[in-house]
Amino acid sequence: MAELEAVIGLEIHVQLSTKTKMFCGCSPSFGDEPNVHTCPVCLAHPGVLPVPNEEAIGYALKIAAALECEVAPRSIFHRKNYFYPDNPKAYQISQYDVPIAGAGRLGGVRIHRAHLEEDAAKMIHLGGSGRIHGSGASMVDFNRGGTPLVEIVTEPDLRSAAEAAAWARLLRTTVRQLDVSDVNMEEGSLRVDANVSVRPAGSEALGTKTELKNMNSFRFLERGIEAELARQRELIGAGGTVVQETLHFHPEDGSLTPLRSKEEAHDYRYFPEPDLVPLAPTEAMLREARESLPELPEARMLRYREEMGLPEDVSAQLAADPETADYFERVAQAGIGVEFRVVANWVTGELTAAQRQEDPNVGVSDSKATPEALAALVAMVHEKKISHGSGKTVLATLVAEGGDPAAIVEREGLAQISDSGELESIVAAAVDSNPEAAEQVRAGNGKAIGAIVGAVMKETKGRADGGEVNHLIREQLGL
Amino acid sequence: MGELLELSVAEAAERIAAGELSRDEYFEAWQDAAAGDELNAYLWRAEDGSGDDDGPLAGIPVAVKDLFCTEGVETTAGSRILEGHRPLYTATAVRRLGGAGARMLGKTNMDEFAMGSSNENSAYGPVRNPWDRERVPGGSSGGSAAAVGGGLAPCAIGTDTGGSIRQPAALCGIVGLKPTYGAISRYGMIAFASSLDQCGPLARNVTDAALLLDALQGRDPCDSTSVGIKGGIEAPSREDLKGLRFAAPVELAHDAIEPGVRAVFEATLARIEELGGEVAEAPLPHAEHGISAYYVIAPAEASSNLARYDGVRYGMRSGDGGDLIEMYETTRAEGFGEEVKRRIMLGTYALSSGYYEAYYGRAQKVRTKIAEDFAAAFAEFDFVVTPTSPSVAFRLGEKTDDPLAMYMNDFFTVPMSLAGIPAISIPAGLAEPDGGGPRLPVGFQIAAPAFAEQRLLEAAYALEQGIGFYSKSKGGDDG
Repeated sequence: MAELEAVIGLEIHVQLSTKTKMFCGCSPSFGDEPNVHTCPVCLAHPGVLPVPNEEAIGYALKIAAALECEVAPRSIFHRKNYFYPDNPKAYQISQYDVPIAGAGRLGGVRIHRAHLEEDAAKMIHLGGSGRIHGSGASMVDFNRGGTPLVEIVTEPDLRSAAEAAAWARLLRTTVRQLDVSDVNMEEGSLRVDANVSVRPAGSEALGTKTELKNMNSFRFLERGIEAELARQRELIGAGGTVVQETLHFHPEDGSLTPLRSKEEAHDYRYFPEPDLVPLAPTEAMLREARESLPELPEARMLRYREEMGLPEDVSAQLAADPETADYFERVAQAGIGVEFRVVANWVTGELTAAQRQEDPNVGVSDSKATPEALAALVAMVHEKKISHGSGKTVLATLVAEGGDPAAIVEREGLAQISDSGELESIVAAAVDSNPEAAEQVRAGNGKAIGAIVGAVMKETKGRADGGEVNHLIREQLGL
Repeated sequence: MGELLELSVAEAAERIAAGELSRDEYFEAWQDAAAGDELNAYLWRAEDGSGDDDGPLAGIPVAVKDLFCTEGVETTAGSRILEGHRPLYTATAVRRLGGAGARMLGKTNMDEFAMGSSNENSAYGPVRNPWDRERVPGGSSGGSAAAVGGGLAPCAIGTDTGGSIRQPAALCGIVGLKPTYGAISRYGMIAFASSLDQCGPLARNVTDAALLLDALQGRDPCDSTSVGIKGGIEAPSREDLKGLRFAAPVELAHDAIEPGVRAVFEATLARIEELGGEVAEAPLPHAEHGISAYYVIAPAEASSNLARYDGVRYGMRSGDGGDLIEMYETTRAEGFGEEVKRRIMLGTYALSSGYYEAYYGRAQKVRTKIAEDFAAAFAEFDFVVTPTSPSVAFRLGEKTDDPLAMYMNDFFTVPMSLAGIPAISIPAGLAEPDGGGPRLPVGFQIAAPAFAEQRLLEAAYALEQGIGFYSKSKGGDDG
């Protein structure tokens, strides 16, 4: 049997961080006391009508622009009818056959569509498994009900669990830079469901898919897809067939169980929402969405690689972390004449490590070591005014206290030993006091030189240039 | 005091403005009249009516159909399921009346959720026709029409989805206006069929209807589909119909109309010509399919609008000893009346997957065709005229076992609702019902292009003066 290829598409719900809900004036909230952000509209009292949130439409247009989607000139809201206590109107206002955003792309994955809708209220099931089935009672918190959502649907272009998780991270970084959502998976402001199927490699036809829900971290997303792919491959390998169903991911043990549907029969009886007129964005709204876009991760990665000559992995790492990338650019722009790749290594390597050691809760962009200070420090190392080792010592002080690196070098006496006579005599003493190592180096064991270098560094308190020390030792040993 | 009640609203408002009449005295006179309700027209009457608001309607009592939400005042929509429901807010239309100085005299009885043409579908008992208490007042705004026709209110507001203002106005011998869809806010008006529902005035003469319409109309930020009437509405003053062209649709004028109604209709056409107007037959080829389309679209929207009455958040709850589904089912089984259930079933079916195109989709196409028919007619004519109802008021119980016969009451009024255009019913004379008996009022319907309310009211006013019906006292059959 041919190898079974994974075919994965994602459905992403992005909760928008607007000031008010999608169709009423209540503020959306996370973590407040239950049922305090409610009004007759979001509780579906008799006689109320929805009024679309202009800010949410603007946010959706920004997402559409970032994903290079075609925007519908007149998109339509529909009613999706179903009975459930999280849905007080008994219909959700969503978009159906004419969504605000059509085909687009991001990171090599095609976007099928993106549409606006309202979030359901939050259900809390008491007793049993924590799900409605088997619970003793259920409570509803309407604070979340009616929060604006943009649902993004991809084409089934992803070919592995790791690829799906990596792409979801790219999407999160992209949306985060638009400043339209907190995109926090743990808090549910970013929810990623996966449609998973397999097919014989080389086949164009799509296999029967299952839908995976409740993976509230990128790690769980990857694990859930892995588990489902394994299940489907095993099932088909044993001669079985995949049944189309929705599966609930359990983070405790990584298992998947079929989810009971919200209604026994799945007929949402969609029809155009008569309380709303078609959504027709003006040219000005479209222009504003386009012009408000910051440089997005994909473009930034390309620029770092092509224009600044950074290695692929460092480019990707920086592009996925816009704040650190902005910090890097400020150091790079300080005009210290150091290669960008060296500067990038300092930021993603030494600075990141030093900051994590000092306080892991503070990001590089908020470090007490300012970009200007780091630039001055990197310049000093580059010009061999201090050794690389001393540079790291100064950096530790910078992230702890801030300040001017030159002053720290002065204060700590870290200036590199520039008198070659002084260094030569220290080297000679070190060779003499390590005769075994000296013999091994002479015999061709290059690694043994470390002991002699260590002795020199100890004596100079790290103020010697490592390359120079190596050179002098080998000279003295006649190599 | 009897003299006070004889004043038209316009006259009373003028006297109040001139300081010749006390607002409280006028209001109290009507409170006393309303207290003598023997028609079951009111579900609630104001006990305290004092106020000092200024405005064009200062001190004018208005009866309000119980479909409008009124803060703190029970609002049932004529349904058991909303018994005891006290809204947290007041409908925009009612607030606008209050803003113009008017005072709410009471809440009027109606067919449950505005579904009906006889007021026999109220959970709170049928309303009686002021002209003959064994007969129906029409519906669904039967309480409002009976109150005005029966001398229990000087004017009222109702709602019209397929004829629910015009038909009861015709059957009770008063003026009823359904404005253009979007002229008056629907916010706070409990929804029956959202794409058709429209608030409008019921009054004893055209001038009073105009006065109310001016106060009611306007764009409301709470209703995305509201636009208001540009320039507002002025008191009509036209005395003739010279140069105006009236189309009598070939298809509508020759259907099953009671001979008495037909005679009054034809006499009214002759009256139009006497006043200088021109009458000709015009085709409205799709209007006869209006009823079929209407009884798909309206129930479809109703099935969704009424899904929120589930016993969870407000109104009646029953069966909460069982599980969630049992509570939904028992509450709705006990809370809704037969006609409401029939329409929910019809509408749910029409929207179901696999049937949507055949029913809802096709009905919407018919709706478009009817709107095009009217557009074509208005290219040549100023107005389209029909009898308002095929018959005069029928006996209580006469049609309750035959829903289709009941639905035919809307035959002449539904096409205008589907087209979203304004239409007014004015009393045109009296006719003997089929089977004999004292003569009863006959309504004459005039329809105009969208937002041409001012022109419509001018023509209706001129014709009203020509007919002189208002000068006939209630029930006074002077031959």
